[in-house]
Amino acid sequence: MRKHLNRWSILTLVFALLLTVPLWVLVSFMFEPTNDNWTHLADTLLPEYIINSLWLMLGVTIGTLLLGVPTAWVISQYRFVGKSVLHWALLLPMAMPAYIIAYTYTGLLEFEGPVQTALRTVFDTQTVNLWFPEVRSLGGAIVMFSLVLYPYVYLLARTSFANQSQSVMQASRTLGAGPYKTFFKVALPIARPAIIAGLTLALMETLADFGTVQYFGVPTFTTGIYRTWSGFGDTTTAAQLSILLLLFVVALMMIEVWSRKQAKYFTGNAQPLNQVLPKLKGKHALAAFSLCLLPIVFGFILPALQLLDWSINVASTALNAEFITLVWNTFSLAFITALVTVSIALLFLYIKRLHNNPIIDQSVRIAGLGYAIPGTVIAVAVIIPFAWFDNTLDSWAREHLDISTGLLLSGTLFALVFAYCFRFLSVALQSIQSGLSQIKPSMDESAKTLGANHWTILKRIHIPLLSSSLVTAFLLVFVEVLKELPTTLILRPFNFNTLAVRAYEMAADERLADAGLPALLIVVTGLIPVIILSKMIGKRHA
Amino acid sequence: MKTLFKNSCLLLLSCTFTLPVYAALDEVNVYSARKEQLIKPLLTDFTKQTGIEVNLVTSKADALLKRLESEGRNTPADILITTDAGRLHRAKEANVLQPVLNDTMKKLVPEHLRDADGYWIGLTTRARMIVYAKDRVNPSELSTYEDLANPKWKKRICIRSSNNIYNQSLVASMIAHKGEKATEAWVNGLVKNMARKPKGGDRDQIKAVAAGQCDIAVVNTYYLGQMLNSNDPKQVKAAQEVAVFWPNQSDRGTHINVSGIAVTKAAKNKDNAIQLIEFLLSKDAQNWYAEANNEYPVIADADWSETLKSWGTFHSDGLNLTQLGELNSKAIRIMDRAGWR
Amino acid sequence: MPELIIKAIHSAHQKTDILNGISLHLKEGEIGCLLGPSGCGKTTLLRNIAGLHPIRGGEIFLGDQLVSSENTHLATESRKVGMVFQDYALFPHMNIADNIRFGIENYTPKQQQERIATLLELIGLAGKEKRYPHELSGGQQQRVALARALAAKPQILLMDEPFSGLDVELRETLAQQVRCILKTEGITALMVTHSQSEAFAIADSMGVMQQGKLLQWDTAYNLYHKPNHPFVADFIGQGVLIKGTVYSCSQVHTELGILNANVCNCFNPNEAVSVLVRPDDIIHNDDSDWQLEVVNRVFRGSHFLFTLKLNNGEQVLCMSQSHHNHKIGSKIGVKLEMDHAVVFPLQT
Repeated sequence: MRKHLNRWSILTLVFALLLTVPLWVLVSFMFEPTNDNWTHLADTLLPEYIINSLWLMLGVTIGTLLLGVPTAWVISQYRFVGKSVLHWALLLPMAMPAYIIAYTYTGLLEFEGPVQTALRTVFDTQTVNLWFPEVRSLGGAIVMFSLVLYPYVYLLARTSFANQSQSVMQASRTLGAGPYKTFFKVALPIARPAIIAGLTLALMETLADFGTVQYFGVPTFTTGIYRTWSGFGDTTTAAQLSILLLLFVVALMMIEVWSRKQAKYFTGNAQPLNQVLPKLKGKHALAAFSLCLLPIVFGFILPALQLLDWSINVASTALNAEFITLVWNTFSLAFITALVTVSIALLFLYIKRLHNNPIIDQSVRIAGLGYAIPGTVIAVAVIIPFAWFDNTLDSWAREHLDISTGLLLSGTLFALVFAYCFRFLSVALQSIQSGLSQIKPSMDESAKTLGANHWTILKRIHIPLLSSSLVTAFLLVFVEVLKELPTTLILRPFNFNTLAVRAYEMAADERLADAGLPALLIVVTGLIPVIILSKMIGKRHA
Repeated sequence: MKTLFKNSCLLLLSCTFTLPVYAALDEVNVYSARKEQLIKPLLTDFTKQTGIEVNLVTSKADALLKRLESEGRNTPADILITTDAGRLHRAKEANVLQPVLNDTMKKLVPEHLRDADGYWIGLTTRARMIVYAKDRVNPSELSTYEDLANPKWKKRICIRSSNNIYNQSLVASMIAHKGEKATEAWVNGLVKNMARKPKGGDRDQIKAVAAGQCDIAVVNTYYLGQMLNSNDPKQVKAAQEVAVFWPNQSDRGTHINVSGIAVTKAAKNKDNAIQLIEFLLSKDAQNWYAEANNEYPVIADADWSETLKSWGTFHSDGLNLTQLGELNSKAIRIMDRAGWR
Repeated sequence: MPELIIKAIHSAHQKTDILNGISLHLKEGEIGCLLGPSGCGKTTLLRNIAGLHPIRGGEIFLGDQLVSSENTHLATESRKVGMVFQDYALFPHMNIADNIRFGIENYTPKQQQERIATLLELIGLAGKEKRYPHELSGGQQQRVALARALAAKPQILLMDEPFSGLDVELRETLAQQVRCILKTEGITALMVTHSQSEAFAIADSMGVMQQGKLLQWDTAYNLYHKPNHPFVADFIGQGVLIKGTVYSCSQVHTELGILNANVCNCFNPNEAVSVLVRPDDIIHNDDSDWQLEVVNRVFRGSHFLFTLKLNNGEQVLCMSQSHHNHKIGSKIGVKLEMDHAVVFPLQT
């Protein structure tokens, strides 16, 4: 171990530790004695929480894979009518917060909603009650999450499929394997790391969600965390439960890594041949088109129409100058956070690339754990150390300098951006890492022999080559921040509102119609970067 | 292009990070668990009247409490507003409040709607009432909360999740009156009578009654009020399908909760804070609550909205609301054990 | 009966013609090789045969089955071809045994095991079946790719620049090993390469392609000694073209003197022509009276390659043993040793 301790590894470690202060605050709660809330939980609700969470994970895994992988395959391997729009439109549901889509589908499909009411005019009430599935249920939650989270799988799988060496797939064909066997035995396993990365993001977001499962009455592990905190006022047990959740996620990730430990994946040394993709015609083109259209209709168009319908009713009164401030706040917060997060992620990964060092590897891994922790828990874990720092500094200043420094960091946008960075760093790390691994070390070496230093290599070689990965990372974080609710709600400074907060405050007051407009604006603000993102990726793989 | 990008970044940075946070000298800083739309108009009026700037941050009560606790003596907040007595009690216990009760407040606010030691004051009340389907339920069938555990209501009751503070408080009030054992039996009976797994909010329960999924529901008053006054004709129609019933009129009265206000221990603008409290207890402000959100004013001479008037007066539970906070954990445990999700 | 028949095929990539009327056939067990510079269309021809790229005209038969024509396109997986790709295209997520097994999963487990063992033995990688591709050297990966392609005993084996990723020293040895393996298995094979030494080492017959045309399909000896096109002459072996004039039915007059050549049917008397002169046609001999000036020399280890200037300024190549260290500018004695000159229409 000692030989790995050098300037860079210590610097990285310290930086990672600072960035993950919230995590250590949570971990420190592990050393507090457990109280009887634990036994109460274990005796009553914990088993149900765990079982619900597991079902949810299983369901969302299946759902996001079913929606994300076939669409990615069709888009990356074929040409067909409408593809040029579908290939980016498939990302649109990403801009839709899960709890918002939950509200819209409830509005559409609940007992009192238009669909069931219409059905009741045709069939008798008894039949409809019997056969119509309940939206607000575990199954409903799985569908909602799958609809808005599949784009992560789609995005990463599509890039992986498109980058796969064509000759590997052709080799499979020459060995007598048809398209199906080639897909399942060759393309899919090779894309597995990318698909798993997308799935991990989707599952972490599912596990951290509270709004949707709360509304659907499906108590999950995260419900337990909230309930312990807000019901019993018990921060300790809540923190301990969060760590448990985190350990579960880490264990899952380790199992995945271990299960493919032998087969080392590489993205192929051959450039993808510059071939024209086969063009689908007739019923095949129709099938591909429908396959890709389906998730867009249900994940975006339908809910957006519902939101629009709600918004139109209130737009005349609600749409005022204040909304411009809301949009501006939301946009600038997302923009700054994305910029900071991507820079930190790039820095971490670049140091990691330069120094093959286990301490740095682990530091980067730890820095990326935030995504699995529910936003509320992160917010609380940010409040505690920031206030401690401010108060300690203040006491010291009062004692020695006879001035009060007050709260320097608490209740500022800095605290908020910090919390976002911690939470969303893994999103940025994932997408930049995948880009960085495609730049061969010989590239760095040749630049070095031409007299470039590390900084020049980063600036002149890596950043230009990484540009599309960086933009992807930037926009993913951007969209995440747009949608983010609990952290913003808890950490924001005075007089600072965002669209998500506004949508939540209306929705929590059960004024869904008034929640429609800010929700729609979130989607619209998120739409622009999603389109830019896909144009850029499209250009690369055109 | 590059410079443009750089410039816009700088602009964004400078704009966002230099927002005036505590700019004005004459100001009061509010941590509010009341949603912005339910407090901001009053605060704007307050500023107009007094010239005192109000800085507002709204959030969940527990988060605001955590912020108060962590920030300690340096907290910028002067005022904490919550929508239930339990959280105010928790704040008092956490030692982040100071008593500010003066004679004006004493005179205006009934004793059971404020803290015994003067740490917090109720601003409005809301009752947890029963609504029933006009066509399927005869009001003579209804009597008390206790009766909801009666097997005759099997599969007929809609009520939201036990995560909701108002249900927790209702159960806590039952513990205060009847003791833990009787409450546990009551909750068990109530859970058996639920028509469906608890889901959605209070409006959803009303809609479910209107749609025939259940016959009665337990909801807060202002939700029905909001629905009756909604822009959405569907909501109005659903709300008109149900009627109001005030339970326990012959004994202790209908369970109520308050939205309340308190001054923080570290308040730097204590005088302004007290001025704000008095403003919020003024007749105009109290009328606004009734008119805008159909909450019941705490002062005697405020005007009720038409909707509130139409439901008539009722006898409310005089239980000191501090007890709701004290018994909250016990209530949750009972609900957990009974399987109230 | 030939295993592969290609009849006048046309192939195009979008609007660009790539192959123009190519025909050739391979007999059972024959190893063919297509030579040509990059971009000549040789890889496309392989992909046409494998069914990875459709053809616009002509016909391709494998055995007696028509697999490609303007209207026919048998799917790749049904063609029973084996293909070794330039980058080997081994499946990175499977070990060696599973890579080889991929094409023979319809065999019984016992047959699979036997076949894998035989092939691993053949390629000299017995005992390494559990290794993953990234754990092997380039040459080993190449042989695994070969074994994988051979596993299902394809009707024809196609190899696309199979040795291009390897060290130069390795290429020829490996090429001979591959030839040996193919002959053991009795496999008909077609390889494309741009390296003549690989082609000489492996092929029974070979062809040279240029700009979508197959210029000549012949034995290695004939391609070298009887090229039918200046491009073939230039591509196979070294040599220069010098001017000449047809002197009679069997003779051409050049700066080197009167050379024997069979020009009766192709050229008219007195017609200006180009004559191929290979380095081994001119032998260095210190005793010779015929002295030519050295204008350049390249040391090749076993020999020197001199560039000599003729009296009319034309240059020819001459090989000599490496102890003859003559300086540039000096004159050396040479002798002509040419049985038959190869004559082409005048090249400008």
